[in-house]
Amino acid sequence: MTEKTEVSPETNGHSGEYLLETRNLKMHFPIKAGVLQRTVGHVKAVDGVDLSVRRGETLGLVGESGCGKSTFARLVLRLLEPTEGEVIFDGEDILGYDRKRMLDVRRNMQIVFQDPYASLNPRMTVGNIVSEPLKTHDVGGSSSGERKRRVQELLEVVGLNPEHYNRYPHEFSGGQRQRIGVARAIALNPRLIICDEPVSALDVSIQAQVINLLQDLQKEFDLTYVFIAHDLSVVKHISDRVAVMYLGKIVEIADRAALYGEPRHPYTASLLSAIPVPDPQKERERQRVVLSGDVPSPANPPSGCHFHTRCPRAQDYCTEHEPGLDPQEKEGHRAACFFPVLEGQHIEEPATSTPYRAG
Amino acid sequence: MAMLEVNNLKTHFRTQDGVVKAVDGVSFSLEAGETMGIVGESGSGKSVTALSIMQLNPKPPAQYPEGEIIFEDQNLLETSDKRMQEIRGNDIAMIFQDPMTSLNPVFTVGNQIREAIRIHQNLSKSEAQEKTVEVLRDVGIANPERRAKEYPHQFSGGMRQRAMIAMGLSCNPKVLIADEPTTALDVTIQAQILELMVELQEKYGTAIVMITHDLGVVSQLADKVMVMYAGRAVEQATTDEVFYDPLMPYSWSLLRSLPRLDTAGEVRLLPIEGTPPSLIFLPEGCNFSPRCPFVKDECHEIDPSLEEKKPAHKAACILSVEEIEENKSRVDEELGVQT
Repeated sequence: MTEKTEVSPETNGHSGEYLLETRNLKMHFPIKAGVLQRTVGHVKAVDGVDLSVRRGETLGLVGESGCGKSTFARLVLRLLEPTEGEVIFDGEDILGYDRKRMLDVRRNMQIVFQDPYASLNPRMTVGNIVSEPLKTHDVGGSSSGERKRRVQELLEVVGLNPEHYNRYPHEFSGGQRQRIGVARAIALNPRLIICDEPVSALDVSIQAQVINLLQDLQKEFDLTYVFIAHDLSVVKHISDRVAVMYLGKIVEIADRAALYGEPRHPYTASLLSAIPVPDPQKERERQRVVLSGDVPSPANPPSGCHFHTRCPRAQDYCTEHEPGLDPQEKEGHRAACFFPVLEGQHIEEPATSTPYRAG
Repeated sequence: MAMLEVNNLKTHFRTQDGVVKAVDGVSFSLEAGETMGIVGESGSGKSVTALSIMQLNPKPPAQYPEGEIIFEDQNLLETSDKRMQEIRGNDIAMIFQDPMTSLNPVFTVGNQIREAIRIHQNLSKSEAQEKTVEVLRDVGIANPERRAKEYPHQFSGGMRQRAMIAMGLSCNPKVLIADEPTTALDVTIQAQILELMVELQEKYGTAIVMITHDLGVVSQLADKVMVMYAGRAVEQATTDEVFYDPLMPYSWSLLRSLPRLDTAGEVRLLPIEGTPPSLIFLPEGCNFSPRCPFVKDECHEIDPSLEEKKPAHKAACILSVEEIEENKSRVDEELGVQT
């Protein structure tokens, strides 16, 4: 992977396989206590994440609440300063950039937020909301007339009536508001859009509209997505590759078909088995693996493999050693487990007594 | 005789802008040990139906211009507040969506469950305490003696929901109404809670009304399903009938708009165009007509009532079964979908 850093930014997106890479990215939030507000510990929200996002692909990022998905999104955009690690966008580490250079980078990376109610300023008209990025970056024409035309064009692209330019967010439904958020994100023709749970606040019949819109825009504008969600069906629908996070770490990453078809990490396997499928016949025949207990606190994660406290296959070895992502990938499929679920195995089947590889 | 029977229930709210017909003529019956799923989008009247059964809608602005809710030979819409208090929690219990806001943060969890037990059952303080620990153990909370002395903020989301279920089941109710009980929870925790509900249902023979927007949860748990749209029941049948042969265009479209784990990524999603109607300004004719893929001219004039299309399968649509089936294949063909 290291040779990819030499890609120069001038190549404008078509050489160099990866648009975004993170290396050993960490975010440890300090926990302060007492009168003197001394640091008594750290919440390891993101704890050493290496991810590479190819140009034009959609990388899905799934995990339960508190696993660090959203913190990861904020780190990539530098809305939070990471404790450690690198964020390489288009071949350059952007963590050292000053304000001015960061502004340039941000033109190319945008975000769509989860809550379409909280992420739009209620006192601004839709026109102002969507034209704000244009003003900040001074693009889309200098006169307000030119900008207005550009904004109306954008509203039309996302399926809203351009005449609603002067309306306020409260006049729109949840799905329409999310479209406004999408219009704002694509206003600057970015290359990367981070979608942080973009459909989870929407009704099912509206979800499909927004997902289809995101897919159409990706084709039309050649966008790269990092799609963060907890709903594995939605992620499966939209992603080319999928990464699974647990307690601040990536535990498995693979192509969509491989991850959903032959999950290797017991966590992925049990997540998949926990989702109810809208098909009563299949539901009756299914064997569900119900994990016991809750997700441990990221302030005090378990020793060894973080998942061993809930893992149906855990052995003594797992409590002492921490598995990294399998360095020997097989067609891009990597899992962080000493006793992975092998093809044809059931997840609750006892694993072989010797670890798959040393920790 | 049915355990709970709801006949032509109407719950209207008088507001400044007009009358909101949140529930407008809903009927169903529920047997002991049976689970009925109510599905629908937000604002379709699912929760108001539940709150009407519990008589928890604030009056005013809520009014019940028509209908009856029959539980053990009494119409809950006409019973006194005092009698209703005895029924609520004791015979009919409810679990709410958000376990954080439905537990009182300033009392211990044990205290709150004990209160519910003492109001409804004639037990001494120490007996109630014992029972509290017992129900907490029942719902799978480890160390129930210690946990009963803790406050809600010391519980995780899944444990709070377990505590809510423990409270709901502490008096062995005959009917349990679960309003989106797992929506706020992660999937692995959802699986635990749903498994727990099935276990307790088998143990106590409780009838469950399961309100959810998650069609997966319904297909896992429910024996029969009621689909709601804009305050009306638009389809009622067994779970299999609704999922495999929906006869109301709304249910059919809803099922088609879902990304599914088994087919996701291979097919393009088929969204339902438009948005649900405002309950104050309902469209002319059928409420679903502005969004319906099978719509014809008469749909904008005739308001269809829920009628039996097949034995034990009711749907609110003016099209005949044959016409609906024809339309399904026509739309599939137009979109090039293979079924």
